[in-house]
Amino acid sequence: MNAIGHTAPLPATSISSRRVRRYLVPIAASVLIVLFGFAVLDWISFEYAYLATYTILQYVVLATAWNILGGYAGYVNFGVAGFFALGVYTCVFNYKTLQLPLPVIIMVAGLIAGIVGLGMGYLTLRLRGVFFSIATLAFAIVLNTVFNNWRFVGGARGVPVLRPDAPLFFGTYPRYLFGLILFLAIAAVLIARAIEYSWLGRGLAAIRDDEIAAECSGVPALRLKLIAATISGGLIGMAGAPFPYFITYVDPASAFNLTIAVNTVAMPVIGGMTSWVGPVIGAVLLGTLQQVTTVTISSALSLMLVGILLVTFVALAPRGIIGLIKSLQRQSP
Amino acid sequence: MSQELLFNALITGLFLGGFYAAVSVGITIAFGMLDIVNIAHPAFIMLGAFIAFYLNSNFGIDPLVASLIAILPAFIGGRLFYKIYYYAFERHGEESLQGLAFFFGILFIVEVGLLLVFGVDYRFVEANYIRKTIDLGYISLPLRLVIPMIAGLTIVAAIHLFTSRSFLGRAILAVSQDPGALRIVGGNPVRVKEIAFGLSIATAVVAGALLIIIQPVEPSLGREYIGRVFAICVLGGMTSLSGTVVASFVVGIAEALTTTFGGPSWAPAVAFGLLILTLIVRPEGIFGR
Repeated sequence: MNAIGHTAPLPATSISSRRVRRYLVPIAASVLIVLFGFAVLDWISFEYAYLATYTILQYVVLATAWNILGGYAGYVNFGVAGFFALGVYTCVFNYKTLQLPLPVIIMVAGLIAGIVGLGMGYLTLRLRGVFFSIATLAFAIVLNTVFNNWRFVGGARGVPVLRPDAPLFFGTYPRYLFGLILFLAIAAVLIARAIEYSWLGRGLAAIRDDEIAAECSGVPALRLKLIAATISGGLIGMAGAPFPYFITYVDPASAFNLTIAVNTVAMPVIGGMTSWVGPVIGAVLLGTLQQVTTVTISSALSLMLVGILLVTFVALAPRGIIGLIKSLQRQSP
Repeated sequence: MSQELLFNALITGLFLGGFYAAVSVGITIAFGMLDIVNIAHPAFIMLGAFIAFYLNSNFGIDPLVASLIAILPAFIGGRLFYKIYYYAFERHGEESLQGLAFFFGILFIVEVGLLLVFGVDYRFVEANYIRKTIDLGYISLPLRLVIPMIAGLTIVAAIHLFTSRSFLGRAILAVSQDPGALRIVGGNPVRVKEIAFGLSIATAVVAGALLIIIQPVEPSLGREYIGRVFAICVLGGMTSLSGTVVASFVVGIAEALTTTFGGPSWAPAVAFGLLILTLIVRPEGIFGR
């Protein structure tokens, strides 16, 4: 990989321009996206538009977060539904007890899911990658069983969640949810991008390419993987926290949603796993496609479509859409 | 009273264990011996269950006979499937990450495919032994549990005989120990793996027919078995057939005890809990070297 290329010392004159590219451009882009997003959706002024966009942006968060461990380090987490549900049920628990405002709960959910991610990682990341994947799958099912039996947060039957009044400035609640998830999506992408260009990202890339070689050259593999697992798990949990107010009825079947688990793995794979752009492209393309097919055909078929796309891409274009574009660029000039 | 409950739970666990042996022997072959992380294995089990359902409901064929009919197509299908897997991943040495995602996709394609064809309803088979029970006074043995156990243990015994006695079977063991060495002595590891994987899929399809004898099935039921098969495989020491049988009994009894004393809603967590525990405490399994 080109991990070493980044560490090469740059001439002093380019440092300020590098700083501009690294910090100012993404911040400016984020502000533009926020303004543009609200402008377009307010112009459409149709409640479903906010909710449809919410789903797609939720996938941007999930795919980006998953990719921090799955794409950068090559450790496939099949327990996305578990971390997501941790966020969902943090929110439900809060709804039943303290009723703290949603942004606080998103932070708490991130903290809880992050700690669980750290714990899971500590227990299983020392094993071969395959065992980590199977253990995460197992973790999601154990958690599913726990919430199935925990009556206070609805048990197997579920619990309705009423939307409170939207805070000032946001107007309607869907618009507020859209604002929150847009913020989360931008934050997740910025974090993933920062990790990718930092010592952490380079270390993870080295682990992905050859873990033993990386350890031999002084990469603290376990520590880096644990950091990645914590950030990844925390972000997935944060994406789950607003979800109860989105669906307004929470039961284990919706919190441990199969579609979410498949999509979160499929989107980075289809988009391209080695850079932060891949999951975003995958989430936007696949998320939009699914919205369309779910509405026009059926949700089972749209799930089937994702499965087929996942298998096709992983077999024929393992570098994803990003890889396809790059190989096209290489051929044309 | 509770002693009788305990005793019945132990018996049920033993029978379930025999069936679990049939379910997980395919994973012991694919994952343990061949190093192919086929997390889609439970999906093939469901496929087998629905083949048995289809043949039973449309032609009145006994589910056990149906599973025998399905063995050959499953074996050939499994070989073809391995060929695709080999040319797409294993040949490039990219099987770990990409292979996992591949099988994850296959899992959902099969599951959603079954869902689209058969719907979300629970399906069951008709056979004259399903509702019968051998009553031994203190304990009762439902035939729908006895037959899958006998069939399951027979399958494992047959595979054990095959791998320990036949030339091809020994070649499979050889490939699990050292594919490079097999190549040096003139064997073709890819062909051996292809046959072994076909065998693995064939056992999955038979296990599916046994499953639909035990209980009604619907397409997403397979997901519960992902944890079970891997828990049993890891607990049993990955490559060991006798380990697989013992681990199957351990998981079966643990689940039956949980169902009896903790309620059936906790049962799915047992195998997964055991799996996580094994991975943490002793990743090489009970019988691992």
